[in-house]
Amino acid sequence: MTPEITSSAPTRGRLEAVLRSGRFAITAELNPPDSANPDDVFEAARPLGEVADAINATDASGANCHMSSLGISALLVRAGYGPVLQISCRDRNRIAVQGDVLGAAALGVRNVLCLTGDDVSAGDQPGAKPVFDFDSVSLVRTLRTMRDEGMFLSGRKISDPPKLFIGAAENPCVEPLEWRPERLKKKIEAGADFIQTNLIFDMDRFRTFMARVREMGLHERAFILAGIGPLTSARVARWMRSRVPGIHIPDALVERLDAASDPAALGQRLCIEAIQEVREIEGVSGVHIMAYRREHLVSEIILQSGVLDRRRILKG
Amino acid sequence: MYRLRLFASRHSRSFERIYTLLEGAMVAMDPVFRRVGYRRVEAVLTPIERLVKSLLFDCRMCGQCVLSSTGMSCPMNCPKGLRNGPCGGVRPGGFCEVKPQMRCVWVEAWSGATRMRHGEQISIVLPPVDHSLKGSSAWLRAAREKAEVRRAAKEAQRTTLARAFDDAREHEPSSAPLAPEPETSVEASRERRT
Ligand code: SF4
Repeated sequence: MTPEITSSAPTRGRLEAVLRSGRFAITAELNPPDSANPDDVFEAARPLGEVADAINATDASGANCHMSSLGISALLVRAGYGPVLQISCRDRNRIAVQGDVLGAAALGVRNVLCLTGDDVSAGDQPGAKPVFDFDSVSLVRTLRTMRDEGMFLSGRKISDPPKLFIGAAENPCVEPLEWRPERLKKKIEAGADFIQTNLIFDMDRFRTFMARVREMGLHERAFILAGIGPLTSARVARWMRSRVPGIHIPDALVERLDAASDPAALGQRLCIEAIQEVREIEGVSGVHIMAYRREHLVSEIILQSGVLDRRRILKG
Repeated sequence: MYRLRLFASRHSRSFERIYTLLEGAMVAMDPVFRRVGYRRVEAVLTPIERLVKSLLFDCRMCGQCVLSSTGMSCPMNCPKGLRNGPCGGVRPGGFCEVKPQMRCVWVEAWSGATRMRHGEQISIVLPPVDHSLKGSSAWLRAAREKAEVRRAAKEAQRTTLARAFDDAREHEPSSAPLAPEPETSVEASRERRT
């Protein structure tokens, strides 16, 4: 695909259109390049773009420095994809964030995902100054204010407010488990239109979470996309569990990978099954695929899961 | 102190009660505070507030205390300074992502909130901290705000009445006055009544 500048901006992005029409949405996370070459972004987007309604541009996730989410998002728009601009509260204060959101919207970015962000200590530059001026909830409310009231948080007017589809994250499988749905509610109250969860490897925990979410009626107030990704080996699973903040992997799963003759194949199969399982859970509107270093398999995984069978992908 | 901090959130209900009393007293003192000047009162009160709250809650004097909405667990002790709930990195057992030896401030907050009368306040969406208020008295700020709201409500009541009975006001001005009462006479009448 050759990148081209899209000039006419539709009022709704593809992700929002798919979700609002009740179809099962697919988003996927792009592995950000450590380079200044736009082709690296286009290259990384290709296997995701085949199946995804939107591509997430991470914002130095894990507190590791890569090409910025704004830069990646702008390139993705240029190439005709619908990016999800991830904004972490860790690196920028309220002045920078509000300005960046206007810039992103001007560049054609519709979807934003508000995140707290992993602490700097998790990343490659632990000496950095953590900012956390906003938290993810106050960030969501701020973006809603910018969009709906046409105002900065200072009360100053925005002459042409950004048209945003506002997202927030939730981590249903980590402590405090019983409060996770309450926290989700708070994010929706703050103004979140859609939710992308962190990686789910524990279906029981996720089901319990979703049951409570349905009880509270939250699935009717925001679109919930379940975070799914393949594990490649028991070693990787153990590493993630101990080094990546907020990842819960049950022992039984690690043991299964340990015992498998081809753990990568097993991991992929489990990933496909997980997609099929969440597809059947009431209140789940889509999946968010995070296949770190396995991005080339994303379209295969999605196609094999069969979730696309029941719908035609929209263009644009 | 970490121990006392945990103690405080485990006895959130008692502290909620104490604070309600304290706040009521300070709101009642508003006319006096205004006469003396809030700046002067603040100079005296801030060190006391700092001492009490840093002992009990490891208070950082952000100046915008929200303990009543956070289960009496101070959110400024969260290494990420989160004001609206836990991050996604809470460790198994409820320990902090950044400081693994510390209980997550927000795990304590949620359980503290369940013990409080108005624990549901934890679901209120809080704005980001105004860093220009750091080091000032949150107690006085809260009391001043409540007193102000009360004053404004009274004002609204009086002007509504004055407008509804505008004939009366014209011919019998003292029956439906629009002009605000001077502070001292209001207090004097309140004192007469008690
Ligand atoms: S684990 Fe809890 S205390 Fe630690 S950074 Fe996250 S929210 Fe804050």
